[in-house]
Amino acid sequence: MSENMRMRAQIKGEITEVKVLMTHPMETGRRKNDVGDLIPANFIQLVSATLNGKPLIEAQWGTAISKNPYLTFHLRGAKVGDVVRVNWTDNQGKTGAGEIAVSAA
Amino acid sequence: MMQRRKFIKALFAASALALMPIKAFAAMWNTPAFQAIKLQEALTTLQISNVSLSNNIQIIAPDKAENGAVVQIEVTSHIPNTESIAIFVENNPTVLIANFMFSEGADGFVVTRIKMAETSDVLAVIKSGNRYFSAKKRVEVLENGCG
Repeated sequence: MSENMRMRAQIKGEITEVKVLMTHPMETGRRKNDVGDLIPANFIQLVSATLNGKPLIEAQWGTAISKNPYLTFHLRGAKVGDVVRVNWTDNQGKTGAGEIAVSAA
Repeated sequence: MMQRRKFIKALFAASALALMPIKAFAAMWNTPAFQAIKLQEALTTLQISNVSLSNNIQIIAPDKAENGAVVQIEVTSHIPNTESIAIFVENNPTVLIANFMFSEGADGFVVTRIKMAETSDVLAVIKSGNRYFSAKKRVEVLENGCG
């Protein structure tokens, strides 16, 4: 798992709960620094989640997702050991990814 | 000759694979929708129309947010075949916050944390087939979080 993402995927009854915490400044482009210059926009735009490589969720984000984005989503039919992967791409073309195996509660 | 053909075939196969991760996204980032300042403009850009209010959508968010920089929002759609959940904050500088699209195997459910510039309705719009459903929740913001 990469340093820019923390993940957990746990089976809870019928669903698998996936929690994701990404490390990203999520700058809106409207904020100014101490000397009054605008801080350039720097935010995640595209996020995708897969289960064993099969696409599950695709999201588009604007600048109003909080710094160090947090996400919870629910999967059905996942088994212990299945791999959940999350990828992101920001407006500057940087990417991040994380993977976690599904575990029992 | 045969080998050249094989090579070209392999090249095509390889380039198709290389394109896959990009193609995996249903659409590129929707710039006009995210730049929209007015709710109606954002909805139009996303081709959302004839939205019906629904009791089958639950939005959990604080009544009062101490800090607008981090407001946790949970949206649950009990509408069958929920394909996407779009979240809007009417009084933010740009109204569209995020659009989540779900494939089979993922529930119409999401929790995330958002920035709110001021007190506003948080609106969730769900797509199911060709129909749109919505719910809203008022969040009072005590300290501006957009900066």
